[in-house]
Amino acid sequence: MPLPFRISVERYDPDTGKSYTQEYEIPAQEHFTVLDALNEIKDTQDGTLTHRFSCKMGICGSCGMMVNGKPVLSCTTQCAELPMPIAVAPMRNFPVIKDLVVDLDDGMRKLRTVMPYMNFVRNTSSEVRPQKQSPRERLKIDQTSQCIKCMLCYSACPVYSADKNFLGPAASALAYRYNEDSRDSSRGERLDRVIGTQDTVWSCSFVGECSRVCPKRVDPAKAVQRLKVMGALRMLTKPFSRKSHEKK
Amino acid sequence: MEVQNIHDIVIVGGGAAGLRAALAAAEKNPKLSIALISKVYPVRSHTVSAEGGMAGVMRDDDSLESHAFDTIKGSDFLADQDAVEFFVKEAPREITDLANLGCPFSREENGDVAVRAFGGMTTKRTVYAADKTGFYLLHSLFERSLKYENIVRYDEWFVTRLIVKSSRCIGLIALSQKDGRCVAFSAKAVILATGGAGKIFKFTTNGNIKTGDGMALAYKAGAALKDMEFVQFHPTGLVRTGILITEGARGEGGYLVNKTGERFLQRYLPSKMELGPRDMISRAIISEFEAGNGIETKDGLAVHLDLRHLGEKKIDERLPLVREISQEFAGLDPVKEPIPVRPVMHYFMGGVHTDINGATTIEGLFAAGEVACVTINGANRLGSNSLSECLVFGRVAGERAAMYAETARQTVPESAVMHDEERRLDDFLAQSGTERIALLRTEMQSAMDAYAGIIRSRDKLEKGIEKIGELRERFKNIGLDDHSHVFNTEFIGCLELESMLFVAMAVLESALRREESRGSHFRSDFEKRDDERFLKHQLVQCNGHDMIFKDAPVVITKWPPQARTY
Repeated sequence: MPLPFRISVERYDPDTGKSYTQEYEIPAQEHFTVLDALNEIKDTQDGTLTHRFSCKMGICGSCGMMVNGKPVLSCTTQCAELPMPIAVAPMRNFPVIKDLVVDLDDGMRKLRTVMPYMNFVRNTSSEVRPQKQSPRERLKIDQTSQCIKCMLCYSACPVYSADKNFLGPAASALAYRYNEDSRDSSRGERLDRVIGTQDTVWSCSFVGECSRVCPKRVDPAKAVQRLKVMGALRMLTKPFSRKSHEKK
Repeated sequence: MEVQNIHDIVIVGGGAAGLRAALAAAEKNPKLSIALISKVYPVRSHTVSAEGGMAGVMRDDDSLESHAFDTIKGSDFLADQDAVEFFVKEAPREITDLANLGCPFSREENGDVAVRAFGGMTTKRTVYAADKTGFYLLHSLFERSLKYENIVRYDEWFVTRLIVKSSRCIGLIALSQKDGRCVAFSAKAVILATGGAGKIFKFTTNGNIKTGDGMALAYKAGAALKDMEFVQFHPTGLVRTGILITEGARGEGGYLVNKTGERFLQRYLPSKMELGPRDMISRAIISEFEAGNGIETKDGLAVHLDLRHLGEKKIDERLPLVREISQEFAGLDPVKEPIPVRPVMHYFMGGVHTDINGATTIEGLFAAGEVACVTINGANRLGSNSLSECLVFGRVAGERAAMYAETARQTVPESAVMHDEERRLDDFLAQSGTERIALLRTEMQSAMDAYAGIIRSRDKLEKGIEKIGELRERFKNIGLDDHSHVFNTEFIGCLELESMLFVAMAVLESALRREESRGSHFRSDFEKRDDERFLKHQLVQCNGHDMIFKDAPVVITKWPPQARTY
């Protein structure tokens, strides 16, 4: 018999305001993920244990949490590969609502500030066709468009930890994704938003933790650096040739 | 509880259909106030798990006629043909708009949107973004929605009931999970876009949130559900977890083989082989299991989905998620090994009865996407039609609701209704009976797998009805561990279970009445399609504690029913 899985959960009860650690034990099962373990505990031992999940295939981004100190998706993290007890805690850098559920609203709000949409006007003419985009042009947005908005990168980010005004990794990657899209025509305006103030991309210290923890290999750290270059260029050229730059 | 939120339109559900409806309404009339209520952050919606692609006529050498006929034949002639004709005409527009607003579809060398082959389609007409089409689509729509100030999001709010007054839907009551507040929403029009109810089954591709909430809300409010017996089983679910392995894998040339290494579909669907419709391939796999040709695995019988001959480059380019999933959840690399798969519950053809404009049988209440049944899918949906359906009918519902809201009155829900609901929820929350949600849920799922699966019979269905009836009784004695108002997922799970038990019963009762085999609904005691008795839709409505059934005709425009062979 394999040893049972021991799961130690950092809990928070919003009704009493108390934080505490609780340890659970469940029979070891092959292929069990940390999420499976939490569900097993909730279903059979303690209905008050609270966490989010949905797709169980690493694409919906619901089940992010700290496991043994690392921000991960719990549905793709195998119990058997971890030292016991497995320490589970809520994602860092976000306010805790209850147990493993954190408030991601700030992350979601930041996405909005980078104008993640193109200059598209719906035209009802039947003649309209999809704009052309070559496979090579598409490849430029392939990596950054993989972001599932799980917000693990914010959990890993030391700059966001210290300064909640920092635009942060996912929103920066999203800005970069639209600015690199061959079909987009609003990149100048978007760039101005992203480089507009002290708190935006400039404060990134390029620690690169965001890229290390990204479950979809989006590499937001690279996107931030590229945005800084784009932004610096824009600041140099803007007063003289704003129009031509925007058309580029 | 007070009426705190007044909007012109309230949309329930933030997946493809709900977001598309919100965008359509916002564009139709920028002055409208549109609420988008979702029990999760919209990007967590189950649209995110759709993989293979979305269908629409995009090539000059394809035709609307062909897409329409493929869809109707695929539906085993139960689709309403006027709806299908409208759908195929609108689908290319939706694909075009979605591409132009940013969705990163995969491209041909010349820059056109690429298309791939899909089951039951006679030509390549499924546009795709690698094998994460639903993910890209959902995020593109979500990002677009951030442009509109008049789309107000209520993330992680759970709708507990619709408010109907004088046969008109005037709003709803919802629970804010974050702080436990229960709030009445006043709306001139309500759109349901909550998806299907896959979690009534155990072995399913569906995420945890697919609990039939919208179907139960509509049913309890007095709306009709339609064709609830038709449940799609996808042929290729990864064994053990049931994670979807996209049909695109076969669209790109993958083989299905049995224990002896035979591509067994040559004995079932010789002209289509791996690109047959889902209902027929799923039944063929079950027949192989019964004939002893299944492959034994630790996790039960399987067949192999073999992609090795496609080569690493093509797999990485077209099917990266299939590779990722196989490695992550089955510990194998499809470049080197075949993938063990078996049929898995995937999709609800049935749902809330709507007309071609998304209108339900209750004035002011609209529905779109998997929760709705227009029906373009009839007895069996073709793969890649559902994402298109979400967009086409999501837009239609959004536009129609916007038009309706321009002239409709804003009605404030009566306080008695609100207090009743608040009391009902508080009673629920306080319950400390002896039954655990998880146990009842598991028993329901096992019963549905056993009795309402791919091969059905009177005997099985009656056992299922008895079991679900028993579970509904036991549900009254449910006990919660968590009595807190804040983010109480156990309580939400309890409300979801209540919805699922309704839906499960509707599926079983509808299936029992349909004494024929058509599309996904196969009865071992009535193996033939019976157009004389059953070329019709079944509507089910709530009458107190009883379900009452009515028939509705199938609309046939150009294509009279014929034998369905491939």
